[in-house]
Amino acid sequence: MTRISVTVDGLDAVDEVEPRTLLVQYLREDRGRTGTPVGCDTGNCGACTVLVDGRAVKSCSMLAVQADGGEITTIQGLSDGDGMHPVQKAFHERHALQCGYCTPGMVLAAVDLLREVPDPTEEQVREGLEGNLCRCTGYQNIVAAVRDAAAELRGAS
Amino acid sequence: MIPVGFDYVRPSTVEDAVAVLAADPDAKVIAGGQSLLPVLRLRLAAPTTLVDLRDVESLHGVRVAGDELVIGAMTTHDEILHDQRVAEHAPLLAAATATVGDRQVRHLGTFGGSLSHADPAGDLPAAACALAATMVAVGPNGRREIAADDFFVDYLTTTMAPDEILVEVRVGDTAGWGFRYEKFNRMAQAWAIVSVAALVRRAGGGVTDTRVALGNMARRPVRARAVEQAFTGTGGDIGAVTAAAGHADEGTDPPSDVNGAADYRAHLSRVLTRRALVAAVGA
Amino acid sequence: MTTTETRTENGPARRHGEVGAARRRKEDAHLLTGQTTWTDNIQLAGTLHVALLRSPMAHARVRVDASAAAGEPGVVAAYSGADLADELPGLPSAWQVTPDWVAPEHKPLAVDEARYAGDAIAVVVADTRAHAVDALDAIEVEYEPLPVVLDMEQAMADGAPLVHADAGTNVCFRYSDTFGDVAAAFADAPVLIRRRYVQQRLVPCAMEPRSVLVAPVPASGEYTVWSSTQIPHFVRLFLALLSGVPESRIRVIAPDVGGGFGSKLDIYAEEMLLFALARKLGRPVKWTETRSEAFQATIHGRDQIQDLELAADADGRIRGLRVALLADMGAYLQLLTPAIPLLGRAMFPGIYKMDAYEFGCTGVFTDKTPTDAYRGAGRPEATFAIERLLDELAAELSVDPLEMRRRNWIRHEEFPYPQIAGLTYDSGNYEAATARARELFDYDGLRAEQARRREAHDAVQLGIGVSTYTEMCGLAPSRWLGERGYAGGGWEAATVRLLPTGKVEAVVGTSPHGQGHVTTFSQLVADTLGVPFDDIEVVHGDTAAAPAGLDTYGSRSLAVGGVAVWRAAQRVVAKAKTLAAHLLEVSEDDLEFADGTFAVRGTPGATKTIQEVAFAAFAAHSMPDGLEPTLSADFVLDPDDFSFPHGTHLCAAEVDTETGRVTIRKYVAVDDVGTVVNPLIVEGQVHGGLAQGIAQALHEIAVYDADGNLTTGTMADYTPPTAADLPSFTLDRTETPSTTNPLGVKGVGEAGTIASTPAVVNAVVDALRPYGVRDVAMPCTPERVWRAIHEAQGGAS
Repeated sequence: MTRISVTVDGLDAVDEVEPRTLLVQYLREDRGRTGTPVGCDTGNCGACTVLVDGRAVKSCSMLAVQADGGEITTIQGLSDGDGMHPVQKAFHERHALQCGYCTPGMVLAAVDLLREVPDPTEEQVREGLEGNLCRCTGYQNIVAAVRDAAAELRGAS
Repeated sequence: MIPVGFDYVRPSTVEDAVAVLAADPDAKVIAGGQSLLPVLRLRLAAPTTLVDLRDVESLHGVRVAGDELVIGAMTTHDEILHDQRVAEHAPLLAAATATVGDRQVRHLGTFGGSLSHADPAGDLPAAACALAATMVAVGPNGRREIAADDFFVDYLTTTMAPDEILVEVRVGDTAGWGFRYEKFNRMAQAWAIVSVAALVRRAGGGVTDTRVALGNMARRPVRARAVEQAFTGTGGDIGAVTAAAGHADEGTDPPSDVNGAADYRAHLSRVLTRRALVAAVGA
Repeated sequence: MTTTETRTENGPARRHGEVGAARRRKEDAHLLTGQTTWTDNIQLAGTLHVALLRSPMAHARVRVDASAAAGEPGVVAAYSGADLADELPGLPSAWQVTPDWVAPEHKPLAVDEARYAGDAIAVVVADTRAHAVDALDAIEVEYEPLPVVLDMEQAMADGAPLVHADAGTNVCFRYSDTFGDVAAAFADAPVLIRRRYVQQRLVPCAMEPRSVLVAPVPASGEYTVWSSTQIPHFVRLFLALLSGVPESRIRVIAPDVGGGFGSKLDIYAEEMLLFALARKLGRPVKWTETRSEAFQATIHGRDQIQDLELAADADGRIRGLRVALLADMGAYLQLLTPAIPLLGRAMFPGIYKMDAYEFGCTGVFTDKTPTDAYRGAGRPEATFAIERLLDELAAELSVDPLEMRRRNWIRHEEFPYPQIAGLTYDSGNYEAATARARELFDYDGLRAEQARRREAHDAVQLGIGVSTYTEMCGLAPSRWLGERGYAGGGWEAATVRLLPTGKVEAVVGTSPHGQGHVTTFSQLVADTLGVPFDDIEVVHGDTAAAPAGLDTYGSRSLAVGGVAVWRAAQRVVAKAKTLAAHLLEVSEDDLEFADGTFAVRGTPGATKTIQEVAFAAFAAHSMPDGLEPTLSADFVLDPDDFSFPHGTHLCAAEVDTETGRVTIRKYVAVDDVGTVVNPLIVEGQVHGGLAQGIAQALHEIAVYDADGNLTTGTMADYTPPTAADLPSFTLDRTETPSTTNPLGVKGVGEAGTIASTPAVVNAVVDALRPYGVRDVAMPCTPERVWRAIHEAQGGAS
């Protein structure tokens, strides 16, 4: 077992983990953050995307021990309080989710993209979300939602 | 989904890391883990110990040494993409790095990790060959420099011994060269079916230097020497481009898989080389 | 949107304007914030974890000794298929398509022979998932390889290796039907188009892998089952039937379910196995599929070889159609496997009139993962065939493909139309949808550009593809199902309750997994009861809360389930009216009902809101004779007939003739799905359907190697399209209400998938006709497109 200390959605945690524990397993099983789902075992689908120190990563392709010392934000910690983050709100307004399984990863990948590209074109959104698969929406409303959220975030800053 | 169990160490010096590897032939380095983790999860490999290099400070970052860029092996793709010196001195590397995986992968994945993984379909091995990069490896017997062309020896295999670690990569200045990384894949996020990394230097009216490397055209990245020879010394016009690109698949040994049979890859290599040269030379 | 006919007279009232409104979904908030109940999220104290050992060989005799695994760390139990043979019943196949079908026994764990790579042969139960997986390595297995048969035609040849030796054949069934005088239609036909098309095998890839959790209460013999399923009611029924445990002691919950597309419309080995393990061990047991496991162990779709012949007059009028199918069952029959190709039986004629039609289908076993319903289930295959043939007919006669369709389609004044295969199309207006699509697409402008590029020998050619599809929705009239050998019915159930607080509970038998039923049904109920949208709760997916239902598949949820909800709400209004009249001391005839309020005609102020009536019904202080307390009503609706949505899809594709890459430049879909309750949800369904149909046309294929290993067995190899691989779509609708249900609704869940595949392939082939190409096998990958050009041009590169 290896000791790690992390911050998960604003809460500090020190845990003993098996080195083979994936970050997503740690979040789901040790920290109870089941909002982050697992969709594949090859790092392709992006459903498990979380932010580590503000950068989007696939939590199934990172060991918990690699996240030692990191600050992790899951979908459950994206917004503080009762409100939703502008990206979440835009997904709701634009009907950018159906079954919702890809949604946590898609939202966090979009948050990460907008951090770097605050006013993306449609093509930049599509390229920027290439690491996240959705099987329900055909992506069109996701793209629209991300661009709406971008405008909202630009207006707010 | 769940890897076979292993021990985990996180040394703070290259020497300590090498010592672990030397003591245990089944120990393995983990850099960003973006190629390794899926392999572990599918239980296609079961190392006894993972040696995490992230705390080895000297392996991180980009610096300039003389007329070379020195890129630490643990520098992430994302860091390379945001590095102004890379953009200026090795724009081909930035272009190839931008196509690696996806944003999430680029946040964790490292330059050294990609090169050490030595996937012939990877973007960076081909780019490193075109850049004529020098790999610097450290093992129990010290430090050695390896030319990129000699570094990749077979599918997922480099010339490094199991107890050697790639510590940095030296890249000559190619500011002012025309460049293009032409990647052809079936889907975004997917590996290249064929890729072409091209660098062209012009002086006066003619092409004075050409470097072309091909991805996924053999069990390792290969230089398209016949193209280079045919193109260098020409005026760089479209006729010269087309003639040179026709040699792209000479000496290659492309694989056949669900994305394409060898003859299709051979054809693609010619088309993509032509397109890459057109872009690089500005024809 | 263009409305081509007025709404049906008895359609839902629009006082609140809920029906037709783009309501944002009630479902979203918890999904967007990670407060989800995916089955794998549910953690019960003392749960044991299950891992399955799957055969790496496609066909082998196996001798399994699981005992060594029992000693591994954390392991509670380990069993081979033989160990559990007496306790595990065979899995059901519910649709006997012919009296003499071959339906081999299908044990949840193979007993002595594995018949596809991925067939489960042993199980480990341990304290953690990791321990269960680790212990699989300790199971000892001797594999004796048996000959493998993967190709359907080889499987039917004399002396072929048999998937099920004791069946004596690889043929599951042979089915045929003839309508009209086929011989006469084909005799001396001036035009004969003969083609073979292959519907490649697809992997559904719902984003949530399957997961099952079974919690027993040993003392009372009760079980709660959580499963990532589309069909909780069927799961309960079959668990009860096959285990002998009474239905009343089995509660099945489909909590948040992350997509299905047909792949979770099944009774799976793991559901049966975990139920048996929970019963045997007396503790909760859980299993969650890994994605690479899902590629092997969850059903596949399509996999059909189509031999087609179309006879036509010299002007292109269709005389007759012959269809001969080979349909790959895979190694076993799952719940609906043999019926899937037959669901397309009546849809091959499409929207066209013809004199005669012949349909034949042979179901074939191979050593591959079983097939079953995948979005569209038989209808995409049929639509692809006829829409590709119409383009080929148009090309043969040098007629524009839209004009060729116009010459043959059913005209709008001809509805209801009894088509050649025995179905009656309820309503439609192909002319209107096509005109609108043409306009949005700039059909003439793109044709002109295509001509210019052809003239210029541009390396990137432009192709235009057409698909004027119809499909059958609203599975299904129970009598129709019974006549065709299906064991169950096709009705749907709903209960609407006005609670004492005035809030509403609508309990439905459908089981959504992304379709937005909670929102859509709330809109229907809000309009009918005149209560606020937000006051309605829709209860679903739990057999304890919604005991009656037949679940979600076949674009049935609105056309069957929605109508049931609406009917139940109407019954509530009727009962409330009786009570309101009693309370107001007037005759029911004196009351009018609007906006949730009963008012006495001509007496201002004499009113009762439906909420007041609800409380009065709860208190029951003053009920009229014979009226029971509480305000609640049930309705079980058996549909009269199917409904037939239709539409015109136009695709412009650019084809790089040097690399073979296809890029969709423009895609216009004008669909007619009848009355629309929520246009936002309808658009979303079309978008997603288009993506999956385009994926079949261009991207996806399940490939097996010669030994029967699935070589495209991960997301990395199977490559479902990403956002960067798909275009934006231009959508519009015409609205021709269905005449087979009072809401005028049709169905939309599968329309996009059914329509888009032929539109895209037609565009690819259209781009390449000048090169002599007349077909590209799906998926039209760069290599296949390049090779088609290369071969048409005579071979040498």
